[in-house]
This record gives sequence, structure tokens and C-alpha cells, in this order.
Amino acid sequence: MKIFATYNIKGGVGKTTAAVNLAYLSAVDGYRTLLWDLDPQGAASFLFRIKPRVKGGGKALIRGTKALDDAIKGTDFDDLDLIPADFTYRNMDLILGGKDKKTTRQIGQLLRPLAAEYDHVFLDCPPSISLVSENVMHAADVLVVPLIPTTLSVRTLDQLTEFVSGFSGHRPQVRAFFSMVDRRKRLHLDIIKDLQAERPGVAATPIPSLSMIERMSVERAPVTAFAPRSVAARAYRDLWTELTKET
Amino acid sequence: MTTPGQRGFVLEALPGDEEEDLLSAVLAALGQSFTVAADTDARGGGVRRCTWLDTFDWRLYRAGLMLRFEQARRGGRLLLSKTDGTPQAEQDVTSWPRRPPLDLPEGPVRDRIIVLIRPRALLPIVRAVSTATVTRLLNADGKTVARLIADHVTVTAPSRAATTAELAPRLAVTAVRGYPGPARRASALLASVPGVTHASQDVFIAALTALGRHPADYSSSVAAEITAEMPAQVAVARLLLRLLDTFDSNVDGVLRDIDTEFLHDLRVAVRRTRSAVKLLGAVLPAELAEHYKAEFKWLGDVTTPVRDLDVHLLGFDAMAGQLEGASPADLEPLRAFLVRRRTREFRRLSAALRGPRTRAIADDWRKALLGIRDNDGLRRPEAGGGFPRCRRPTAEALALSTTGRAFRRIAAQGGAITLQSPPESLHDLRKRAKELRYLLEFFAPLHDPVAYRKVVGDLKQLQDCLGDFQDSEVQRDEIKTLADAMLAERAAPAATLLAMGEIAARLARSQAEARDEFAARFARFAGPAGRERVRVLLEGRP
Repeated sequence: MKIFATYNIKGGVGKTTAAVNLAYLSAVDGYRTLLWDLDPQGAASFLFRIKPRVKGGGKALIRGTKALDDAIKGTDFDDLDLIPADFTYRNMDLILGGKDKKTTRQIGQLLRPLAAEYDHVFLDCPPSISLVSENVMHAADVLVVPLIPTTLSVRTLDQLTEFVSGFSGHRPQVRAFFSMVDRRKRLHLDIIKDLQAERPGVAATPIPSLSMIERMSVERAPVTAFAPRSVAARAYRDLWTELTKET
Repeated sequence: MTTPGQRGFVLEALPGDEEEDLLSAVLAALGQSFTVAADTDARGGGVRRCTWLDTFDWRLYRAGLMLRFEQARRGGRLLLSKTDGTPQAEQDVTSWPRRPPLDLPEGPVRDRIIVLIRPRALLPIVRAVSTATVTRLLNADGKTVARLIADHVTVTAPSRAATTAELAPRLAVTAVRGYPGPARRASALLASVPGVTHASQDVFIAALTALGRHPADYSSSVAAEITAEMPAQVAVARLLLRLLDTFDSNVDGVLRDIDTEFLHDLRVAVRRTRSAVKLLGAVLPAELAEHYKAEFKWLGDVTTPVRDLDVHLLGFDAMAGQLEGASPADLEPLRAFLVRRRTREFRRLSAALRGPRTRAIADDWRKALLGIRDNDGLRRPEAGGGFPRCRRPTAEALALSTTGRAFRRIAAQGGAITLQSPPESLHDLRKRAKELRYLLEFFAPLHDPVAYRKVVGDLKQLQDCLGDFQDSEVQRDEIKTLADAMLAERAAPAATLLAMGEIAARLARSQAEARDEFAARFARFAGPAGRERVRVLLEGRP
């Protein structure tokens, strides 16, 4: 079981759209795939028309008193299941912090029993740097980091890479890609060019800023499913091919 | 992902109803709680081809198993389940021959069933082509929460000149993971539609029924439909007809050389027929009995060489594995010789079974037996033949007199055997024991099952011992004959002859062991306790 996590400290950079589309493409390729919506906003759950609510409470799920297996919902697509978001996830840091000591390995441990059932797991993380994101980084094999082509986001990538390199034992691979790219902006193009040359692990495929991607919230489905031949869908397909080839 | 487990339904069109109307009624009923949407790309939809497999004598089904081959674009998948549908094992196969014999490729399914089916081949029993349409059932958010699968299945029986039948459409509701409630609701709505009933049969069983068959519809056992009060000649005619059915149903498998057991069952039917004619033929017209005694002897004789070679080849690996001085590889020239000889003998057997004499035996014998069975009262049994005072004995009277006589004969012959008696006396006793066994089987429906099992149990022990004694001797003689034949054909390396010598020596030891055991086995069968068990069987009270 390989765990991918879409992560960025900033919100609104295309984490959820990436998680949803990459998970869908993984299932289309025949991998048994699970997407865990860890963001209390529940955008991934919304996009699959699944209510952002865990029966019995998200708290019990995170603490391990309720089996993860019981919270899994089938999506409309073959080989793709989802663990919905829950509003209690807004306090996940407190839940993970526990009574006595904070834990950074809980999410990884919770996922372990599902190894026989799924080939790929996608974790859609809330934007922040917190105990949740630390848990996600420890659990993940690949950190998929969407970057908006700005100078600040370059700094973010460096910080993240440095943070992860300080892990003892298992370290996730950091794979960044440019998201919400506006090809009309000179700055975007320059940053993409420079960073791809300077930094290893930056994907060659950018995801453009397109209204078709925004339509996902209207269609409530991955763009790769409802418009598979669109420019947006082709970009996600290329990115997924790149990620699977090199990770 | 969908999960199985929801109960299936059958759509039985009522007189005057069209299937299309019924399907519309189903969708309308589901529309009360869900938005229904066709799903043309669904994984469970489209055309699927599958074949159910079993041995000719239903070894899998009798062991509570069903084996299905689901054909894919390239190769396919074997799925083994219990007869209640519980999955047992699966394995991918790259290709599956269209025609039997179907050898089973290595894998978990093979591991699970090989001991059960060996040495039989797997045959296609039913082929099915199903066209499934999938309808998504959506909740108020437009989310798929269950699916309705409608399956139109056409089935064919490969062995019966490609008989084809259409099954009533089958409907199933599959749950989406995490949404058990909607699937239950959809099932309840479905069950409320007139014309929709719960599927009480698996598709395989429904297919067999539609093709005029039923599971386990072949058995080599006698199991004739006879009663105690039935006139003896009618009972004997029924018995012989049943044996003739077994003979007939195995001929095709022998000619196509599907597996060795077709010939085995055919020969057992011939042997039983010969014994029945000999022991019970007094109730049949004398000329008829006399003629078919000779004809079935001929049939027995023409089938012997191939069966003898089959026995050698079936036991070859076990025999080679027991070698101590020689290596199993030394015996390979013998195997090659046996295979060549079998090919030659099989041609002769095939010509005999396809020839006019065999056809005449099967057809005319059947005609004569049907005449006796259906025209009872018009004919009288021949006078004499053990029934001087009773011109129209019942089946029960015939069973008691012949079985009692056969037992007394064994008791007398066996009791006279001493350590000094020649081997022929044991061989002859074996024939008598076999005759008694057949008589017991012929009249099994008339006996008390418990008493029957006890007597047959004792007799079987005695037969096994006599069988080991005689088979060891016969096989030893055959080894010598084979060695001579191989030498004559210059196909016998010295190492092979030495290995064959070792086998002959081992067979001599086995025969001596069987001889040592005889006294105890016979005493158990024909001693006071054994006699009492036979008395209870024949007199019907403990």
C-alpha cells in the first residue's frame, strides 16, 4: 500500500482538486484506492457527493476506538472509496495531542490494517503546520505539494523539504508540482522555469488555472471523470503518469 | 466499490405480460425512493461468458462444490465456491481449451480439488452467456447508493448437441460500501413488484433445470427402481435397463478417450449385467438370456486390454515410487511401451464399440427388456430356474433366494480353503464374492439399510483381501508378459528389466501378505457373527 498525501501550508492552492483527480486516475488504472478527507471543510467529500460526517464521530476514529473500516464509503466509481471529513477534525490537533503526550504516528498506524485492501491511499490534508500535518508526513510515502508559482511558495517548498529531512527513519519523498498556473503571467513562467531547473522533485507537468477545474464543484465529480478529454483532465493524467513513474 | 451479498430476484413474466413492461414496473417501484440512472460503463455490465465445470460423475457437486470459469478477453478466471455460493478459491488461467479433456492448470483451485477429481477430467456442464444492464440508484444528492443489475442469461449444454435455453431475467441489488440501508430499501421495493420473486436457485441449478437436467444426474451405482412386490421379471428388466443406461451413457466418453473412468464404469455395467443374467436370468426367456450372456462376455473381453493398460498407467508413478534397488527413471521405457500399446489397443476397442455388434447389443437388448418391463402379465417366466413351485415370483422372493444361495455357496467354498489350497480356489471364491456383492447392490432398495451396510462392510473386507491376492498374481504375470513383449520389440534396456523384476518381487510379497490375511477376513464374514448379520438381512429381524 502506497500512501500519497497532498499537502501545503497554504490553503486554496489546489490540494483537494489534485487529491480528488489523482485518486480517481489511480482507480481508473485499476489500483484499489482510498481517499481520506482530513480537511474539516470536507471539500473532497462534497466533490464525491458524500456527506462530510463520520458515523459515531471523527474523534473516535482518530483515537482508534472506532475502526477506520467502518467509516469507509464507496464513491460512484469502481475501485475508489472515501473516508469522509468530519467537523470534529477541526480539533484534530487536540485529539492527536491526547491526555498525556502528543503522537506523530497515529494516522499511519490507523491506516496499517487497510494495507491488504488498498493499493493506494490519498490523504487530503487541511492547510496548516500542525500535529495533523506532521502525522500525515510521517504516514506518507509521497508528499504531493501543489505550488502556486510565486516566490513565497518556493520558500515554502524549501522549508518543507528541510523539515522532512530532519525525520529519523521513514522519510516521505517530496514531489512538488505547479498548480493554478496562468500562462499569461510572465512571473509564473519564469518561476516555473527556474525552479524546475534548480530543484529536484519538481514535476514537469503544471496544472493550469482553468474554469473547467472550478466546474468540479458544480458537477460534483473529478474533472478527469466528467470531462476526461479536457485540457485540465489531460494535465492531471500527465501529472499522475509522472508521479507513478518516478515514485 | 460495490459489495455482493444482497439477495437475488427472478423476473417471471406472468401470462400476458411482456418482460419489458415488467422491467418498467421494477424501475417505477425503485423510483419511489431513488432517482434511477442507466450506467452504461459499469463494471458489472455488458456481456459475460462463463462455463460451469465438473467431472462426468459430479465429484465436485457431490462434495458440495461448484466450479465456474469466467472468460475474459484473454484467458479467464476459475472460481470455486460451495454450493451455497460461499467462495473457496480462485485462480487466473491464461487459456482454457474449448473441448474436453480439460486439464487443470497449477493454482489454488487445482490444489483444492485435484484429490477429489483425480483421475477424472473436468468437463463443461453448462455454458452461459449473460448480458447485464446496470442501473444506478441515486439519493437526493445525486450520489450512487445502490445498483440494480438485470441479467439476461442464455445457457447451453455442451454435451447435448448444444441444447439452448433462456433463463428468466435475474435481478440483483448490490450495495455501495457504507450504504447498506438504501440497498435494503431497494430490495424491499423490488420484492413488492408483482412478477418479481426471490431467486430460490443458483444460476447453475436454474440452467440445468432449463436444460432438462439436474445436479448429480449421473451415477454409476445400480439404484434401480424396484419394489418388493414387483414381479421378479419386471424387477430384473428394470435392473438390466438401468445397467444398460449406464453402459450407454459411458460409450461416448470412452470413444472420445476423455478419462479412464468412462471405460471403468462401462465395464462395471457390463460385468454387473453378466452377473445379473447368470444369477437372475431364470426369470427371463431362456434364449434371450443365453444370447446376451455371450454378447456381454464379448463386450467384457473387448474392453479388457485397454482397461488393464489403464490400470498399469494409473498406478505407474506409485509403483515407480516404491522401487528400492532401481531408480524410477529405469521404468520409463516401460511407461513408453505401455502408452504405445494402449494406443494400439484403443484403436481396436474403438472399432468394436463403434461397430454393428455393439449397436445391436445395446438396441436389441433394450427393446427386449422394455418389452418384458412393459408387458408384464402377458409373459410367464420360464419354468424351473430355481422357482419350480412358483411361476410368478416377486422381486423379494427372487432377492432372498438368490442372495441366500450365493452366501451359502461362499461359506461352503471358503470354508473348504486351507493353507494348502491352490491359488485358483481363492480366485474362484473372489468371483463368487463379487456375484454376492452385485446381488446385494441389485436388491439394495428391498433391504434394511443398516443390515445392508453391515453385510456389505464385511463382504468388502473379504473382497479387498481376495482382490489383493489375485491382482498381485495377475500383475506379476503381466509384468512377465510385458517383459517378453518388450524384449521381442527390442524396447527393454537391462535397467528396465531389473526394475520390473523388483516390482514382480514386491507383488509376490503382497500376494503372500493377502494370503496370510485371508483366514481372518473370511472368518469375520462367514463365521457365526457374519452369518447372523446375513440372517438379519434376509429375514428382516435382529
